[in-house]
Amino acid sequence: MSDTITLWIDKQPITAIKGETILEAALRNGIEIPNLCYNKKVSHTASCRLCIVNIAGRPGAIPACTTPAEEGMTITCFSPALEKVRRTTLDLALSNHNDDCISCVKDASCQLQDLAFRYNLGFKDRQFPPIWEELNKTSDFSSQVLNYDASKCIQCKRCIKACSELQGKGVLTFVNRGIRTTVGTGYAEWKDSKCDGCGECAQICPVGAITVKQFYGPRTRIRQKDIERVVRTTCPYCGVGCQLDVATRRCFSEGVGSKDLMIQVTGADVVPNYGRTCVKGRFGLDFVTRPDRLKRPMIRKEGKLVEVEWPEAISYTAHRLSEIRAKHGPAAIAGLSSARCTNEENYLFQKFIRSSIGSPHIDHCARLCHASTVAGLAITLGSGAMTNSIAELEHASVILVTGSNTTETHPVIATYIKRAVLHHKAKLIVVDPREIDLCRFATLWLRQRNGTDIAWINGMVQAIIENGWENKAFIASHTENFDATREVMKKYDAKTVEHLTGIPAAQLVKAAKLFAQAKTASIVYSMGITQHAHGTDNVKAISNLALVAGQIGRESTGVNPLRGQNNVQGACDMGALPNVFPGYQKVDDATAHDKFATAWHNKHLPEKVGMTVTEIMGAAHDGTVKALYIMGENPMISDPDITHVKASLAHLECLIVQDIFLTETAELADVVLPASSFAEKTGTYTNTERRILPLARIVDPPGDARADWEIVQSLAQALGHAWNYDDTNDILREINALVPQYAGITPERLAAGERLQWPCPSVTHPGTRFLHKDGAFSRGKGLFSAVDHIAAKEQPCAEYPFVLNTGRMLYHYHTCSMTRRTEALPRYVKDAYMEMCKADCDALGVAHGEIVRVSSRRGAINIPVKLTEIVAVGSVFIPFHFAEAAANVLTNTAIDPTAKIPELKVCAVKIEKL
Amino acid sequence: MKAKPRAYVMVSVDANTVVIGAREVKNRLAAEIGLRGLGDEVRVVETGSFGSVSAGVVAAVMPDGIVYGHLTVGSIARLVEEHFVKGRPVREWILPGEHPLPDPETADARQLQHFGRIVLDNCGRIDPDSIDESIANDGYFALGKALTEMTPAAVIDGVKASCLRGRGGAGFPTGLKWSFCAKEVADIKYVICNADEGEPGTFKDRLIMEGDPHKVIEGMALCGYAIGATQGYIYIRGEYRLSIERMRAAIDAARRHGLLGRKILGSGFDFDIDIKIGAGAYVCGEETALIESMEGKRGLPRVKPPFPAQKGFRGKPTNVNNVETLASVPFIIHHGAEAFRAIGAAGMPGTKVYTILGHIARPGLIEVPTSVTLRDVLEDYAGGMRPGAFKMAQLGGTAGEILAPEMLDVPLNADALAKTGHTLGSGAILFMNESVGVCDFLHACIKFFAHESCGNCNPCRNGMAVLLELTARLKAGKGYPGDVELMEELVMGMKSIAFCPLGQSPAAPVLSALRYFRSEVRAGIDPDAIRPNPEHTLRTLLQLAG
Repeated sequence: MSDTITLWIDKQPITAIKGETILEAALRNGIEIPNLCYNKKVSHTASCRLCIVNIAGRPGAIPACTTPAEEGMTITCFSPALEKVRRTTLDLALSNHNDDCISCVKDASCQLQDLAFRYNLGFKDRQFPPIWEELNKTSDFSSQVLNYDASKCIQCKRCIKACSELQGKGVLTFVNRGIRTTVGTGYAEWKDSKCDGCGECAQICPVGAITVKQFYGPRTRIRQKDIERVVRTTCPYCGVGCQLDVATRRCFSEGVGSKDLMIQVTGADVVPNYGRTCVKGRFGLDFVTRPDRLKRPMIRKEGKLVEVEWPEAISYTAHRLSEIRAKHGPAAIAGLSSARCTNEENYLFQKFIRSSIGSPHIDHCARLCHASTVAGLAITLGSGAMTNSIAELEHASVILVTGSNTTETHPVIATYIKRAVLHHKAKLIVVDPREIDLCRFATLWLRQRNGTDIAWINGMVQAIIENGWENKAFIASHTENFDATREVMKKYDAKTVEHLTGIPAAQLVKAAKLFAQAKTASIVYSMGITQHAHGTDNVKAISNLALVAGQIGRESTGVNPLRGQNNVQGACDMGALPNVFPGYQKVDDATAHDKFATAWHNKHLPEKVGMTVTEIMGAAHDGTVKALYIMGENPMISDPDITHVKASLAHLECLIVQDIFLTETAELADVVLPASSFAEKTGTYTNTERRILPLARIVDPPGDARADWEIVQSLAQALGHAWNYDDTNDILREINALVPQYAGITPERLAAGERLQWPCPSVTHPGTRFLHKDGAFSRGKGLFSAVDHIAAKEQPCAEYPFVLNTGRMLYHYHTCSMTRRTEALPRYVKDAYMEMCKADCDALGVAHGEIVRVSSRRGAINIPVKLTEIVAVGSVFIPFHFAEAAANVLTNTAIDPTAKIPELKVCAVKIEKL
Repeated sequence: MKAKPRAYVMVSVDANTVVIGAREVKNRLAAEIGLRGLGDEVRVVETGSFGSVSAGVVAAVMPDGIVYGHLTVGSIARLVEEHFVKGRPVREWILPGEHPLPDPETADARQLQHFGRIVLDNCGRIDPDSIDESIANDGYFALGKALTEMTPAAVIDGVKASCLRGRGGAGFPTGLKWSFCAKEVADIKYVICNADEGEPGTFKDRLIMEGDPHKVIEGMALCGYAIGATQGYIYIRGEYRLSIERMRAAIDAARRHGLLGRKILGSGFDFDIDIKIGAGAYVCGEETALIESMEGKRGLPRVKPPFPAQKGFRGKPTNVNNVETLASVPFIIHHGAEAFRAIGAAGMPGTKVYTILGHIARPGLIEVPTSVTLRDVLEDYAGGMRPGAFKMAQLGGTAGEILAPEMLDVPLNADALAKTGHTLGSGAILFMNESVGVCDFLHACIKFFAHESCGNCNPCRNGMAVLLELTARLKAGKGYPGDVELMEELVMGMKSIAFCPLGQSPAAPVLSALRYFRSEVRAGIDPDAIRPNPEHTLRTLLQLAG
């Protein structure tokens, strides 16, 4: 059966794909039927009435946008009669449109202008009076990032549909009716609404009605024609890896001269985001041009950081490192690599620490987020990454989200989950102690007590086994250790679990049934599962759940840990971990050791497993680590128990910090090396779905700042190593040769536009959309683990009666070193806050906005209260981003024995009214 | 056991009278009768509309057949004293020429033909709050018959054979519509009764629901049985307080009597009805906008296809019918398609309920066979023009067409009207005398549409505003040369491409007005006026759009 059909448009035969509408088929064949409200991404509105056609055998004028193309249809598009009606209709639309094109930011990129030109409907050629002038419709410029000019709005509804259908937000709606119809949020002002500023509406607006506020470049207003160059790159924020089209223009600015500047950011219509972005990606990239970017290297001289030239900085640093290595041995030097830097830079950094320095102590902040995932899933499945692809979520019939406030932390992934529910009838199960945004879309929301995840997951596994819902065939042929695990699970009947977790037994069983009996069920999880002293066991429990139901190894199933940072997956892949070389090849494995020793021409690579972030801090504190080289991390905010971190860093003989800003950590450094931001260098990131995505050099770095890989190479050279990489492609080729998963992901394929997912073992391999296909696990068989519930290390007590949960929020990123240096994002949220429910506020006698003192056994901060019912009674939540009220002053350093991840999600605090 | 009362006083409590104190009058009547110890002999009953809308609070004394009008609380004591104690009707309060219903024993054939009601047969005769009175007057007989003797397919066949056509305005064959929904397979199907009667001047559905709510329920249940639906909804305008009250009471009573709910009348058929209240948008009378509104969304029409029969309320097969359409069904099932087809015109048999208003002697509610002409209505029911002489009538509410004197003898049914290029519309007839200017009238029509346009589609949203401007200009005698042709072109464009019937509506009054009164409309043009270009002349007018 052919999937194309033939129809005739104005006597020309054209080929349409089955399922296409007449309009889609026509447009694809270059027949430009006029349209305004149509957009291929959203459902048909059919309200502009411009795409009307005549179809033989059917009466009247029929909109082409809603009519399916059928075999043999005879269609008239451009008869004089239809063109006349179109012209009249367009005339009507123009009568209600402020066509002040001369000062409109959409001039020359406006669909209405194009049509008015095409139909020659200038002022003098119109029949209808300019109604819009008299209407004084209410425009709204109050949004933090958007402008709505009602006089230009043509009510095509694309924005409203983009908001609800693409982003799953439903913030926008029509307000008023008839001629006074405008787009609004239902609130008096846009800024009061739940609009989170993703800008999808502005991106889809065909005219100049919804436009973005200008945060980039020197000008306050930018038109399409001001753009000189558009460069596609990868968003530097979260792990989704959204593809962005960054527009630039050559501008003159004082002190800098003439140079390319970013002037606009839009979502690129390609995998993985297909045009969507969040507020950070679209509006939060101006940190790149902040004047306080580090521009010259600095060395601490007489207690003060003093700017120096690069040669001095490099030779000084190399000298200090050699000195310490000579005196205390290579193991006295440790390196913290960065999930914010590229694969190439991570690869080089770990090579530098391992080969140039000879130290085994290399780690990065994945320790603080998904170390337990990497450890847990490697044990149970054989690979510590998201098993499936982001886009597959949209087609899962059941999605279980736990420990991930996806809407805020991975906003674009959340759109896939919402779309699954909204458009594909998926059932969403949310298990979270907070009433997160996704609960609105959930069939079931199970609210567990903080830190009781193993109990409820085991409970679900038990309910599945008890009711015979397990996938027996899958268990029999693709797993091992089921029997032993089943025995342990018997303790977790729903009633017991209800007692442990607070989740009603019936709901748990319902969730188990939904999950097990789904055609395809995906598990999505994040920090809520991993950041526990039993994080690895949590992950193993999750993996049990997927295995017992056989919900893995197929499309739209799987265990999907959402990685938090742009390249945390890549940093792990590149071996910025103390136990593995690039490609998870174990450092204590002789074959691997030999392989890298040969490749790196260095027989003296460390043979033992190094220390983790948390251990390095301890070792710095007790003096065994003397020098620490930190590339693009800010442990002074991000690590648990900051007081301890500060003391540890103070004990170091030499602290080298390489960053783009003078972060809280850099302020303590002996050497500060100015690095390039994502916009100023090439290289690749690996997003959470294992997809390798390239960066582009969009603008020049400020001052003397250099790409991280160049700095690392200079240091290696200064230490006498003959490194000679000309560009990041050179490094990637070395990665291709040494990392089997990346073998086929070559610079050439990237340049050809391929966006491959590892494992991609050869240059002809198409990449891997989902892992463990048909139950063929990376480790052979899926391993069941008999994990038992362990209580959180710190429980609320009389003295510290509240449970503190920490995490991220939409408008800020990590330690705010980037987001607080943007114009747009602090407009939404400027300062720290602590979420607390009304009952607790009342009990303490504190009001919304009142500053309280929060203390744990480790420290205390002052922070304003945000009254919200998101959190349960007895628990509070603090986003960890903010230095002035850093949640990590309070958090517990208790660590997971396997993954060494700290228990950032649960600690006991007391709250005092000031 | 009580003796049968010697007399009933039927107080018409309907939408028109309830606001001027009908309930108070009724209560006072009951009190006065009780006070005089006549409580057992004379029973006071609340009933639906008698048809008149300009006679104040009306009450009929049966079996005497005397109808009193303009009753007030203050007049009751005298009325009871004179009529019931002394046996002397109070002549000055009797409405001349008013009769609740002709007596079948004495009426002549022509009267019977004209007054043979099938929808309003109980209206003004029974207490709408009494299910027993409904049942005593054949209420639910058809449902019982269908559930015990007929298959769902037979019910549809019966409705098809009756040639019943939708009474909401479009005139689509009802049986055919039902068959679309019947053939869909789904876990649940819905029947929606469209009681969002928004057409200005049309309030027949309201009076049907208020006069005989059980007939509507029965019609819905029959539809549910026929198409395999188990849940019905009546979407009633929020302003229709009394309709909502009476429908609610009737639904409760029907549930208590096992006529709604599980296993109706012991059959395997489950059907229940809930009421959804509209929020006052004209566009929600359009069935897909109505469904959107029922789903809690902004009432905007949907893209069709899919039609409600395939994907309606909550995405399930849904059949939407007008109140009057559903209320016609019990007669068809009870008496058979033949009996229905024997009434009225061949192409569109049965009766049609109208509200008649304007410059006529007796505005009100009527039900007439589909064979009657406009002249019949004017002369036999409306009591003739008052004041003045007939200039034109608008048939079917604001979205209806204007008929000139030469159309007075065309039968009021879809086929006959179609032959002359007209449509029947929703069931209002507005009679106008020579004092009404055509341009003024058109402007008033457009003002309504401009106010009610939902704003979704470009032709309607912007077209109405432009039409408002054009008609205002013509009405003021300040039209530019070419304005009439522009208006004509615009409404024809809107008719061909507007998204839903609302945007297509101005074509009916505007084009029909131009057909009969083009010269009068053209008189609104100032031949010396020069069209400014671009125009900036809307200062005062758009405020009228509301």
